[in-house]
Amino acid sequence: MNIWIAIAVTAVGCYAVKLLGLLVPVGVLEKPLVKRMAALLPVALLAALTAQQTFAEGQNLILDAKAAGLLAAAVAFVLRAPFLLIIGAAVVVTAGVRALGG
Amino acid sequence: MAEQQTPAPIRAEGTAPDPLTALGKTDSAVVRDALGVGFAVGLSGFAFGVTSASNGLSLLQTCALSLLVFTGASQFALVGALAGGGNPVTAAAGAFFLGVRNAFYGLRLSQLLELPRWVRPFAAQWVIDETTAVTLAQPTRRARRIGFVVTGLSLYVLWNLTTLLGALGAEAIGDTAAWGLDAAGPATFLALLAPMLRSTTERAVAALAVVLMLGLVPVLPNGVPVLVAALAAPLVLFVQGRRASAGTNSREGTDR
Repeated sequence: MNIWIAIAVTAVGCYAVKLLGLLVPVGVLEKPLVKRMAALLPVALLAALTAQQTFAEGQNLILDAKAAGLLAAAVAFVLRAPFLLIIGAAVVVTAGVRALGG
Repeated sequence: MAEQQTPAPIRAEGTAPDPLTALGKTDSAVVRDALGVGFAVGLSGFAFGVTSASNGLSLLQTCALSLLVFTGASQFALVGALAGGGNPVTAAAGAFFLGVRNAFYGLRLSQLLELPRWVRPFAAQWVIDETTAVTLAQPTRRARRIGFVVTGLSLYVLWNLTTLLGALGAEAIGDTAAWGLDAAGPATFLALLAPMLRSTTERAVAALAVVLMLGLVPVLPNGVPVLVAALAAPLVLFVQGRRASAGTNSREGTDR
């Protein structure tokens, strides 16, 4: 039940902000500080989530094969690999390190 | 929007206008670009389906997320937070804050697409990173509308199909961690984040968010650290603002 509540809240909230952007008159949200915040908020959230899902399990910090996988994804990005290949690199390297007993 | 249009190239009189430069792009070129993005990103719904199913969400819940939320980063964030056994509202809050950026995409798109008001509730679900990127790259309103619709439609259909396949696949595979599939979620975040790290400001925000996150995970309940880490954005903006005003003050000082 909890999961459905979370899904419903997220679905309604995410749709509402999408629609809000299309409906508000030009100029209302176009303040420099608001725009800066809107651009930086995803940066903070994505960085935090990357760190959490790589190095945290519940409330414990861990270092496992996923760290190697993320490193591979970072290398793939630097080499200008397409989106899917970046994710593929992380998956393959994580599986490889685990198979080797990492 | 005028600033989006590239200035028309100066042409010698009498030469036939090149349709590619005069109109910017042919319709089929726009469709090709849009389908390329739609297919490439649409396929990564597979990673979402696998991640969601292996984090314990049912097939129906996984598919409901892709159909109803349809903004990848928020979906990954939500299933990650729910897997940690977090409070549903805290979990939804993190996903919601990630989705807020779409409001600003909508703002640009409503100017560029000039949609009639009654169409907007239907177009809204497609207002995401990829449709915005394709639309912004087009030179004319016609090309923008084609780009938006083709990217939105191909991505929506494919993202939902691959979500279903990924969730079914995860159930068939069983131990998804042995296949390294638990790395798909964080790798997706990294792939979305990396192109944003253009300047020192973005990098400072990202670094501070990581430090806050890792420092707070052991001490705060699940789902809360990510919300606190989001404060990295206003914190860095605040420090920057202080520095900028300190800079102007000291310059004023030397003038006097």
